[in-house]
Amino acid sequence: MNIARRIAVTWLVFGVAALLVCVAAPLVGSTSIDFWRVFDSSVPFADNTDAQIFFVARLPRVLAGALVGSTLAASGVVLQALLRNPLATPFTLGVSAGAALGAMLALTLDVPSGIAGFSAVPIASFAGSLGAVGIVYGLARARRRGLSTNVLLLAGVTLNSFFSALILFVQFLSDFTQTFRTVRWLMGDLDVSSYAPLLAAAPPIALSFAAFAVLPRRMNLLSVSDESAASRGVDVHRTQRLAFLSASLATGAAVSLGGPIGFIGIVVPHLIRLMVGADHRLVLPASAFGGAAFLVACDTISRTALAPLEVPVGVVTAIIGGPFFLWLLIRNR
Amino acid sequence: MAAHTKSLTVFVFALVLCVSGVSRITGGAISVALAQIQPQRIVSIIPSTTEMLFAMSAGRRVIGVGNFDRYPPEALTRPKVGGLIDPDVERILSLKPDLVIVYGTQSELRAQLERAKIPMFLYQHAGLSDITSTIRDLGTRVGNPIESAALADRIEAEIEDVRKRVAGRPRPRTLLVFGRDAETLRGIYASGAIGFLHDMLDAAGGMNVFADVKRQSIQTTSELAVARAPDVIVEIGVDTASASGRNLRAWDALPSIPAVRNKRIYQLAGDGMMNPGPRISASVRRVAEVLHPDAFK
Repeated sequence: MNIARRIAVTWLVFGVAALLVCVAAPLVGSTSIDFWRVFDSSVPFADNTDAQIFFVARLPRVLAGALVGSTLAASGVVLQALLRNPLATPFTLGVSAGAALGAMLALTLDVPSGIAGFSAVPIASFAGSLGAVGIVYGLARARRRGLSTNVLLLAGVTLNSFFSALILFVQFLSDFTQTFRTVRWLMGDLDVSSYAPLLAAAPPIALSFAAFAVLPRRMNLLSVSDESAASRGVDVHRTQRLAFLSASLATGAAVSLGGPIGFIGIVVPHLIRLMVGADHRLVLPASAFGGAAFLVACDTISRTALAPLEVPVGVVTAIIGGPFFLWLLIRNR
Repeated sequence: MAAHTKSLTVFVFALVLCVSGVSRITGGAISVALAQIQPQRIVSIIPSTTEMLFAMSAGRRVIGVGNFDRYPPEALTRPKVGGLIDPDVERILSLKPDLVIVYGTQSELRAQLERAKIPMFLYQHAGLSDITSTIRDLGTRVGNPIESAALADRIEAEIEDVRKRVAGRPRPRTLLVFGRDAETLRGIYASGAIGFLHDMLDAAGGMNVFADVKRQSIQTTSELAVARAPDVIVEIGVDTASASGRNLRAWDALPSIPAVRNKRIYQLAGDGMMNPGPRISASVRRVAEVLHPDAFK
């Protein structure tokens, strides 16, 4: 089978799978709703409880799950290729810690209102992630013309620890209820309750995905070595820059939408590689779809497992993802 | 131990009553005797017990308060010694207290104070009735049994008055929210069927929409809010800065909720609402006033 055909089949199979999960997920929840009543136009929307549960509570949530899951999985693939490190995740380079610090500050200072209709916490967390990206990028560029992936990795890991310490300090200063809310934020929450947060997160994510579209072939060459990629006509520095900035921007937007939901960026790409091989032209789109399906499925478990209580979605992804990843490690030996 | 102290206190008070009017010298001896059983250097870390001590006229003897104590304003003048989770033991010891009020879950603090042989008053809260029983016990322990009993009686009478006023009226299904991200429907926390918030709602004549959830709190998604269809939404613990019409309008996204449709969402600002202390009867009344405005005309 030639590569064009394989790409088409991958898009089709994983796209349909993600679509099916996303269509099925809003049909289940902590409440049972009458599916026909949801679309019954003879009942005004203001009185139609089923329609409100479907359109206001569940659909934005499922879409948020799809957007965040897809972004984190795709960013994971890009960063693993950029750093040539299978353990890299979207959170390795400090983006999520920066985002978390921003969110913590907004929650603790109780910033009452946001800007232009968007609430303060996502704005602050997105700003925090951009701050972290800026610092890491600045450091990695400081001593040579291109990006030093070693510095990138070390700076990212250090920044993660540093920001985590600052987060603990902010939590220490905040009062009891605020501490609880900040801890809860770290567990991830996709209950966005409206479409506005989705619209806010979509532009940076769309921009990043546009960049991801040109990356797969170059990432294939880069994953061998910088030199061999350069010898095949890849502008290594430009590609590294593009990969780092686009993956970080997308991750920042995803975290500001759903919180730092772990394991998606590492479990999904590895699982996909087991299915389709290492070619990034297949891995990247399949991971994007797979991540969407995985997170939407995990969030459905989160919504229904202990209903009416919710298991935080980050806990679900960790409980499924952690052991699974450990199994992957042994399996590869 | 507590019973012993109690009888001793009663005895001393009887003595005070007997000898009142006798010579000044005897009075001095009695105040020395009182000082021996009345703790003079009290540390209280939890906002509600600090409020209780001040409300039962023992505030003068409170020499250390918690970091989150805001009321009464006088409490702010005392040195701060940490909070529920992170009490500053060194600071506490340096104040040389002769009584520390310790919450039941502060087991580490308890162990450290035991080692330092510092007397403690241990308590734990669950429901509304625990608040007044704690006030009585605490009053006895600090040597103010009369003031504390009067305080507890007044609080109980005020709550009983509210109960009487709302008795027999239809109990609106109420969602009692005590936390929400400003201006969105994210991060909503509501009272479950256990704890003083639930009891407060019950006394105020409301029916908790989460009466089946046997927990103190429940994170409420927009789906749950719609499905439980509350007639009234009461938001407490909102700080005064965030309590605005704009903050309330977030609920407009869910018009099928009767409370939203009938504009029966109330923000009751102020930290006192969340505090299981002496202001609880005022809080019960505030909730009752929005649930049953006719009963308070």
